[in-house]
Amino acid sequence: MDDGRLDALGQTIVSALPGAALGHSVAFNQLTVDIEPTRIVEVAKYLRDDPACRFVNITDITAVDYPERAKRFDVVYHFLSPTLNARVRLKGQADEATQVPSLIDVFPGADWFEREAYDLYGVIFVGHPDMRRLLTDYGFDGHPLRKDFPTTGFVEVRYDDQEKRVIYEPVRLNQEFRKFDFLSPWEGADYPLPGDEKATK
Amino acid sequence: MNEQSPALRNFTINFGPQHPAAHGVLRLVLELDGEVVERVDPHIGLLHRGTEKLIETKTYLQAMPYFDRLDYVAPMNQEHAFCLAAERLLGIEVPRRGQLIRVLYSEIGRLLSHLLNVTTQAMDVGALTPPLWGFEEREKLMVFYERASGSRMHANYFRIGGVHQDLPPKLIDDIDAFCDPFLKVVDDLDQLLTGNRIFKQRNVDIGVVTLKQAWEWGFSGVMVRGSGAAWDLRKSQPYDVYAEMEFDVPIGKNGDCYDRYLIRMEEMRQSVRIMKQCIQKLRAPDGQGPVVVTDNKIAPPRRGEMKRSMEALIHHFKLYTEGVHVPAGEIYAAVEAPKGEFGVYLVSDGSNKPYKCKIRAPGFAHLQAMDFLCRGHLLADVSAILGSLDIVFGEVDR
Repeated sequence: MDDGRLDALGQTIVSALPGAALGHSVAFNQLTVDIEPTRIVEVAKYLRDDPACRFVNITDITAVDYPERAKRFDVVYHFLSPTLNARVRLKGQADEATQVPSLIDVFPGADWFEREAYDLYGVIFVGHPDMRRLLTDYGFDGHPLRKDFPTTGFVEVRYDDQEKRVIYEPVRLNQEFRKFDFLSPWEGADYPLPGDEKATK
Repeated sequence: MNEQSPALRNFTINFGPQHPAAHGVLRLVLELDGEVVERVDPHIGLLHRGTEKLIETKTYLQAMPYFDRLDYVAPMNQEHAFCLAAERLLGIEVPRRGQLIRVLYSEIGRLLSHLLNVTTQAMDVGALTPPLWGFEEREKLMVFYERASGSRMHANYFRIGGVHQDLPPKLIDDIDAFCDPFLKVVDDLDQLLTGNRIFKQRNVDIGVVTLKQAWEWGFSGVMVRGSGAAWDLRKSQPYDVYAEMEFDVPIGKNGDCYDRYLIRMEEMRQSVRIMKQCIQKLRAPDGQGPVVVTDNKIAPPRRGEMKRSMEALIHHFKLYTEGVHVPAGEIYAAVEAPKGEFGVYLVSDGSNKPYKCKIRAPGFAHLQAMDFLCRGHLLADVSAILGSLDIVFGEVDR
């Protein structure tokens, strides 16, 4: 679909769902609709059932973390309409306490995508019948894809030959975690370089 | 039944994580009523390596090898999705020869994946010969991978803007010489399996999915084609040079394991057709030229140039330390990987590292439907269904 038709489709969706769909934009030949995440079920039902949309295939559910924002998460849904041969992306802002309704009654395929978003980001989906962690370890603590979660994690495991079981210990790095940052100081880098303090004194 | 008889109760068993039919590290908790499956609870994540988190801390070039390690039976198809996402954000056009090589190697990846899946699915239901025949061909294909990229599996060959290096003419000749004898091997496999009574008993009418169910469960690729949708991203949303390739999209009628097997067999033949067209176009005069964009802000200069030009040397240094800055924006790019729609949702903040890179793996969406697919089937059908879903844990667990 070209940009003009996507734009028209976006306008139709926004005007059909006042209060739930807040606005739309087209970039890189892809349609994005901003939504109120607490009303996602209504939006998804409309997108699935409306004869002008027919977004019957759920492609993906994920989140993006912006820790500096008041509502830190963007909950992102992708749908595909084989009839229109078009995709739509729904984006809604949520924080750690926002109760996002689960899509599982509309799309059974939302099951694991929501569990994954909960596991890795801590977005709370309500109405999901089986909200357990999915990808991380049994009994894992924290949400690893949040920007404030360190890449090294907090615990490491090893098999202890005396105790005859796998034990968890705090991460101990024999070498400091090396962070290579080669951002050009003339464009982009916004941290002090060694020796900068001399220049400002 | 008298009062002394013990109360009947369901039996719960653990399938995997170390089971040859689990295709990797899948743990299934099965609740059985006699031999009938009542409930399936797949436990995944045993191969979770935090790929998405790692990509957020690496530059775009350093992120590429992680994609080989997702679906490790068809590595280049994954790289393709990531390259397309970054290229669209950068707004660059890949040179024609680069596109042809990428399509050629994507189809080799499809053969690699389908050969593994079709033959191991046969092994799951009791046939031992198909994997022996199929793996011989996989070996030859991996040699083509090695001759192009230096590595049999984890190729790291595609680059943002093209591919890393051009193919030598002898390699193109050898791939050409591979095509026709390979069709003979597909025919042999066909004879071995398609009419086989046991294979049919184990696969026909097993794991039936209607088209409506397939869409709402988030299926893609062979799983929706098996249920009757003529939906192939290479046709419907063509990328690179797929728009000018001639090939057919096979679809099934019944949506069962047997139809999915037949589709994979036919897709291998169609892949060979595409490979032959690529080879022909690579040899044509308009198929010559650079394999990667010539903009040295995105792709490194050639080695010879670096020996003489100071500017080329600086470009090389900056590319391999700082990397490419991708303009801010977000994009979802998908390719028709052998297992289905493999997508990359990339969010860039304008720096040299992806802000967020969500990997949408087809196997993940397929595996979550295990409970719905297996309910009411017999225990032995679980491995047949699992085989026809085409699961690889590298991409499911990420």
